[in-house]
Amino acid sequence: MLNALTLTVSLAALALAAWCGFAAYRDQPTKDWHFAGMAVVTVLALAQLVVGVVRLAQGDEADEGTAIFVAYLLGALFALPAAGFMSLVERSRWGSATVAAGAVVLAVLEVRLHDIWWEG
Amino acid sequence: MTADRLVKGPGMLLVWLYGVMSVGAVSRSAYQIATEFDRAPLAYSLSAVAAVVYVFITYTLVRGGETARRAALVCCAAELVGVLTIGTWTVLDPAAFPDTTVWSEFGYGYVFIPVLLPVTGILWLRRARRVAPAA
Repeated sequence: MLNALTLTVSLAALALAAWCGFAAYRDQPTKDWHFAGMAVVTVLALAQLVVGVVRLAQGDEADEGTAIFVAYLLGALFALPAAGFMSLVERSRWGSATVAAGAVVLAVLEVRLHDIWWEG
Repeated sequence: MTADRLVKGPGMLLVWLYGVMSVGAVSRSAYQIATEFDRAPLAYSLSAVAAVVYVFITYTLVRGGETARRAALVCCAAELVGVLTIGTWTVLDPAAFPDTTVWSEFGYGYVFIPVLLPVTGILWLRRARRVAPAA
């Protein structure tokens, strides 16, 4: 369950990065549809956080300790809302570029989460 | 907001990346110093220094103004010197570093963002002065 979510969030984040990167390339600010996309990916990250915490509560353990695992889950949850808020303040292509960078950061966080939580 | 704010256009992207590096470096060094400082005191101390630099630059970028711009410029230069020094040091003498720092091998573990960020930061801060002459 957690592995599937990690993979889903990674792919969704990369798609969002490409989408917002394209908007930046075309000199456009983020629009309603971009925010809908950010919302979808953020809901996935929230689901990942909930599943991760439930698994910890059930007695499972992450490779590098609970603190690091939860820190990465929280970072993954807040990456896009923070970048999205900044793109609301910066209504230009650079706001779109910021969201694209935020989505890339999220994808990197997912790779790290995969490193510390992988049941083969 | 004053006319000489630094967080506009490319500055927004820059402040986001500095913010991410701040959160990453602060939480990483706080955790490592709290739990396993004895294993690699040099590496973890240097990570803490890097974290302070990132937080300070983020703060000055958000604050804006000519004084903040100068302070950020100095810190970006110090950051660049730090990345290059630590990067070279880790390549030449890996034995001194049982664990990596944020700036090890020129920021290899962070997609080279640590070495690219100060360069773009300096370029942006220099341009910000030309665009918005002292108001």
